[in-house]
Order: sequence, then C-alpha cells, then structure tokens
Amino acid sequence: MKKLFNYSEADSLIHNLSGVSKLIGFLAMTFTVMLTYDPRVIAVVLVIAVFVFWASGIHLRDLKVVIIYISIFMALNFVMTFLFDPQYGEQLYGTKHVIYSFSARYVLTQEQLLYQLAKISKYAATIPFGLLFFLTTHPSEFASSMNRLGIHYKVAFAFSLTLRYIPDIYSEYMIISKAQQARGLDLSAQQKFGKRVKEYTKMIFPLVMSSLDRIDNIADAMDLRGFAKHKKRTWYNTRKLLRNDKLTIVFTLAVFAGSLMITAFVNHGRFWNPFI
Amino acid sequence: MNKKPVIQFSDFTFRYAAQKHPTLKNINLTIYQGEKVLIIGPSGSGKSTLGNCINGLIPNSYKGTLEGEVMIKGMIPSQESFHKLSKSIGTVLQDTDGQFVGLSVAEDIAFALENDCVPTDELKSRAKEAAEVVGLDHVLKNSPQEVSGGQKQRTSLAGILIDQVDILLFDEPLANLDPATGKNAMELIDRVHKDSGKTVVIIEHRIEDVLHRDVDRIILIDEGEIIADMGPHEMIASDLFARYGIREPLYVTLLKYAGVTITPEMQPGYITTIDLASHKDEVLDWYCNATPAAHIIREQDVIRIADLSFAYTTKTVLDEIDFTIKKGEMLAIVGRNGAGKSTLSMLVCGFESGYQGEIYLTGENAIDKSITERAAIVGYVMQNPNHMITEHLIFDEVALGLRLRNIPEDEIQRRVEKTMEICGIDRFAKWPINALSYGQKKRVTIASILVLEPEIIILDEPTAGQDYRHYTEIMEFLKTLNRDIGITIILITHDMHLMMEYTKRSIVLSEGELVADTDSSDVLTNVDIVEKGSLKETSIYHVAQSIGIDNPKNLVDVFVSHEQRERGQS
Repeated sequence: MKKLFNYSEADSLIHNLSGVSKLIGFLAMTFTVMLTYDPRVIAVVLVIAVFVFWASGIHLRDLKVVIIYISIFMALNFVMTFLFDPQYGEQLYGTKHVIYSFSARYVLTQEQLLYQLAKISKYAATIPFGLLFFLTTHPSEFASSMNRLGIHYKVAFAFSLTLRYIPDIYSEYMIISKAQQARGLDLSAQQKFGKRVKEYTKMIFPLVMSSLDRIDNIADAMDLRGFAKHKKRTWYNTRKLLRNDKLTIVFTLAVFAGSLMITAFVNHGRFWNPFI
Repeated sequence: MNKKPVIQFSDFTFRYAAQKHPTLKNINLTIYQGEKVLIIGPSGSGKSTLGNCINGLIPNSYKGTLEGEVMIKGMIPSQESFHKLSKSIGTVLQDTDGQFVGLSVAEDIAFALENDCVPTDELKSRAKEAAEVVGLDHVLKNSPQEVSGGQKQRTSLAGILIDQVDILLFDEPLANLDPATGKNAMELIDRVHKDSGKTVVIIEHRIEDVLHRDVDRIILIDEGEIIADMGPHEMIASDLFARYGIREPLYVTLLKYAGVTITPEMQPGYITTIDLASHKDEVLDWYCNATPAAHIIREQDVIRIADLSFAYTTKTVLDEIDFTIKKGEMLAIVGRNGAGKSTLSMLVCGFESGYQGEIYLTGENAIDKSITERAAIVGYVMQNPNHMITEHLIFDEVALGLRLRNIPEDEIQRRVEKTMEICGIDRFAKWPINALSYGQKKRVTIASILVLEPEIIILDEPTAGQDYRHYTEIMEFLKTLNRDIGITIILITHDMHLMMEYTKRSIVLSEGELVADTDSSDVLTNVDIVEKGSLKETSIYHVAQSIGIDNPKNLVDVFVSHEQRERGQS
C-alpha cells in the first residue's frame, strides 16, 4: 500500500523542475483534456505525456500494479459506457454510421466509437501527469507549491501535515486492528458485510480518540513556534524558478490556450465532428 | 552575584475554565537568568500546568482564571502577544512525535523561522547550524518515520535553539526515551546550558535520571502548591520524596536500607558527589547479613522460540533468536526502539507472519494457528489503554472477547465477574470507561485479556509515562496476578527499575540479535550488555564499585529482596 506510489529522489529533467511549475503543468494538461473531446487535441497531450514519462526516467515496471488497476478501470469503463448508452454517439454527432449490429439496441456506430475512444484517451492522457507529479515531487514541496499558486499557507500546510501523519496513523491503525482481532474481532471476508462494517467502526473509535489527542499536541507545538504569526510564511523546501520551469509553464499554458481556441473557433463546442 | 530574574510568579493562582478548583495555588517562584531548575511532582500535581504558564500556552491557548502575577523576561503573558513571548522562550514538549510537524528533520528545525518569513537560503544555513549543535547534521533529510525518538527530541531542541530564545523549557524530556538515550539527552541539555548560558527549566518526575547532570535547584509541587524549593543535596536528604510519591535515587534507598541517615553534608544529590566512603562499613554489614531470596525452579515450557528470523522486505529485524520461557515466569524483554522487541511479540501473537524458525506455544508449533487461536494462549496488552477500549461500559469491555467468541451469556456473566474481582475493578462494573483514571483503564484492558484465560500475557510498556505511585500500583497488581493465578507475564520495557524490581530474568535484544538472556540484576550491572541494550547501569552498581563489592549483581539482588520485604509489609 505504501509502495504504490512513492517519491524517490532522482536526477532527471522532470525531477529537477520546481514543484510549482510541475503543479501548473499538471493542472494545465488536466484542464486541457477535461474540456475537450477532440481526439486531435487529446492526441497532442498524450504525446506530451509519453515524452514526460520518458524524460522522468521512471520505469513502467515500477508502476506495474498501478497500471494494471488503471487498465482494468478503463476497460470496464469502456464496456459499461457502451452497455448503458450505446446510442449516445449518434445523439452527439447527429449522424449514424453503423459498423456492426449486435441487436436492436446495441448497434456499434462510428460515432459511438469515436466518442468512447475520445473519452478513454482522456483518462489515458491525464493519469500520467498526476502520477508523475506525485512520483517526482518531494512531498514537502507540495505545500510550498500550492502556496505559491495563491492557496493560503494554512491550507497548504494542513495538506503537508496530512502527509506527515498518514504513515503514523496507518501503523497505529494496523496495531489496533491486530490487537482487536486477537480479542476475536473477525474482519475477514467470511464475516457478514453488515457485521464487518460494525466491527470496523469498533476499531475506528480508539483511532479517532488518539488522533484527537494528537491534534491538540500538534496545535500546541505549532503555536509555540509561532505558526500563523504573519500573513505570509517562507518555506524550507522550495525551488527558484529556472529556465526549464519557465519553459514548462509557458508551454503547458500555451497548449491549454490553444485547446481553448480550437474549442471556441474551430469546433464551436467541445466535440470535433468529422461526420458532417 | 548580580542575578537577574527571568521568570517570576507572585501569589499566582490559576483555574482552568472547565474546572471547579484551581490547578495552581499561590505560586511564588523566581527563576534567575542562567539558572538550571528542575520542577518535580507526581502526576496531576500541576507541574505541566506551571510549564504552560511559563511558555504562554496559558492564557493564550488554554483559557481559565488567573490571579496574581507572572512576569516572563519582563513581559506579562496575558498582556503580551503570544508570538513575542515565543521569541524569548522555547519549549520541548513531552510527545516527541506530536511536535514533529515537518516532513523532514531540516524542515522541522526551520519551522519557527519559516513562520518568521526568513528567506529560504538563510533558513537552510541556519537549520544546518542548529542541527550541528545537537548532532543531527547527518540526518537532515530524514523523514520523521526514519529517525529515532531521541533524534526527534533533538530535532525539537534544535527547532527552538534556532530561534535564539533565552529560556529553554523541557516538559518531561525523559518520558519517551530509553535509558541510554535519556542519559544522552541530559548530557546534551547540560552542554547547551553551559555553552549558551541560557536559563533551563526541566519538568520531570524521574529525579535520578535528571540528576545525571547538575541542577541548581529543585522545586517540588504537589496539588498545585510549591512544597519545597531547595538545592539537590538538601532535597534528597529531606523526607519529602517519600511523602509526595516521588522516587528517590536508588543509591539513597540502598543507604537507608543499610541504616544510614542521609544528611545534606553527605552531598547525596548525585552519585558522583555522595560520600559513600564514610558509610562503607554500614553498607557492607547490611550486605553480608542479608539472606538471599529463595530460588524457584520452574519446569514447564510455555513459549519456545527456535532459530527465529524475520525481515521486512530486505531489512533483517530478528536474527536467529533462541529462548524458552517457563510457566509462571515474570520476565522482561528489553532493548532500544527498533531492536526487534515489538516484532518478536507480534510474531508470537500472530500479528505478523512470514518468519523463519519455530515458535512453540505450550508445546505446539504455532505456525498454523490464527490470531484468534493464539489469543487463547497468549494475550497482548497494548501500551496505551485507549488504543484497546471500544465499549462504553466496563463490563461490556471486559466481556467483548467472550461475546465475539459466542459464549453463552450466563457463562460470560460468571467469567467477567470473576476476572473483574481478580483485577479489583468489580465495583466499577456499571461505570462508563471515561470515568476511570489511566491506571484503572490499564486494569480494564488487562482484565479484558485475562477473561480469555490465556497462559501468558505480554504487556507493552505497562508503566510508560506513569509516576512512582501509579507505577507501583500497576506493577504490584501484575505481581499479584503472577503469584496468585500463576500466569506467565512478559514485559516489554525500557524501564530499568521495572526490570530490576519485578523481573527475575531479562532478554536483551540489540539490532535483531539476542545479546543477553540472564538475570535482570546481571543485565543491569554488566557494562557490555547495558551498552548493547541501550540501558543505563543502575546506581547500585556504582555503589558496589566504590565500596569494593566484587560482584555488583549480588548487591542488586540483596537490594531487591530487601525492597520486596518492605513492600510486603506495607
């Protein structure tokens, strides 16, 4: 679980970028893909995603588990979309080019295929950016990056604190759960679902109580060292924006702007229609 | 000498908003620039509240009614901004974990400066400097999960030193540390004090460990009032410790057993200053006339560990461990954090699996037994009772394990009542758990394990954070259980007093290896084992050395059996 995605220090083009520029890049690419169903635009982002992955030097085999999960999810999503609404493509594009007819309701059309391929490649194009952001950015740079994007430092620091205490709470949870199992709490799959939920809540109670104590302590420690003294604060882990950072920001924002232009002036909407 | 007061309380009284009676009453106290002062008192005496009045958490974070006056470096905390006050006084809190708010050592050290908007470059250089002072410069990038408790505490110390504060306040600095690390912490605090000339205030109840290094004054608090304010020699020569439930240094107890009257002139404050030479004869006399305790031979094995090894991915946690525990023993497993003691007990209870070697519980190989099956043989009591308690009523909490095993309700009734009686909590049966003290909750958790009738119970740090009175109460209770119902008790601990006084035998682990399996009195007088186990040799060992007893272990044995007789009488 902890190993699913873990930051590890490395020297690559992507690792060496500042957290801010990576966050901006990640958000710009995500919004670009979220706002359009034009496969040409999505293809451009996909190409960028592949390049960035290659430049980060991260091996696909290290992400095997994540990739398998994502692939299953996407395949499932693809099939379900067709099962639930096989005629959505026709409604969108206003034409009907039949490829194969399974039954009266389930007719595979070019329109549906285009829509579904666009949708699935949207996931395929955004997920790598998200993964890469977490894999190549030191967790303590998250907070300073968020703060630089204008998010209040209290919110950003709360985020950082969450990262700080998750491993502690996780190991506390593990030991509580084991000690309760020793008393006879059955959390295995054989147990009835309703009863299992009830037994889980039994374990959550002591965890919540000890977390509340912890929060008091953390608050005292932060107060004593002058947290929230000023309207601003500085960050130990933050990087100056170098040439590559500026290039990244300008480039990704340009792609985003370009995609907006295509949406507004070329496609006159979120969809590109090759059928008329 | 021209002394400048930095902390001044006059006729000071404080009552928490949620409480009926004041927690601090009529405090008159002056601490001068550059002094090193120890504040002691039993749990609930108000010593931590006094600390919070010094660092300004009262009245800034905790509300209540104040009477009288406080002045900290010429400022009145209630009228001054909290942040201005925090520039003059730095606090190291008891919970080494909770106060570590950064994602790495360096970030946590720099935290106060970040809040002061110091530029990043300067932050880095100053954090490095502060880390060097406390010897952490090699772990700057480590996450809080990658450093030890002692290193976390040093991080907190560096985090206040970086701010150039004048007063350093330590709230129970020894509470979460093993003996050797605690000893180092006291040496470090002393060095910082001598090098910087800052005022140091230490709040603790473990006197002997604090007095590993000099202090100027000791202030004793009980029930919110200052009982005494004197030098260490005078304080230790007085009878105040016994009266207020504070443990005196062991060498002092030993001298008293030998019939020596302690006077301030003997300079009894430190093991290094006390005049033992003039009382050598009395001690030797007592030592030679003592009757050694009877040795009990035990036959039946309840746990046998053979060639046990365990690793997390690539890191070896236990390396070919071998030992046997006999029925009815009460023994300690000791070693620093990460030495493998918790992992060992988790393997025994089945909380972790995937080991090499064999674990036999009452003669049977445990490999195929589930957690629940093992729980019928070996029960595990967690350090913090709040981590175990899930029910609202005490009866239900004790009954939980039986109910989950679908035992008929009338049998549950009978077994729970019997167990509660053994544990002395039967009169609380219908009470809500919240109404209990820490020690009583501990009993409830022990009862909730005992009710399953295991052969063995493993207790993780049963007395952590407890003062002498509570410590004695919990340990005497366990001793009675061990004696009366013959249950085997394994104690995982850092506490050397506990090892010495309550366990005949200790198993010492160091970096996954078993480095000793012998009498506890042997462990605490063997310099080599002490070092490997991150322990500290008992001061009785020093007494033995300085009066020329060849085998210090024997003196410890004599001391412990004398102590047990005294406790038996009272």
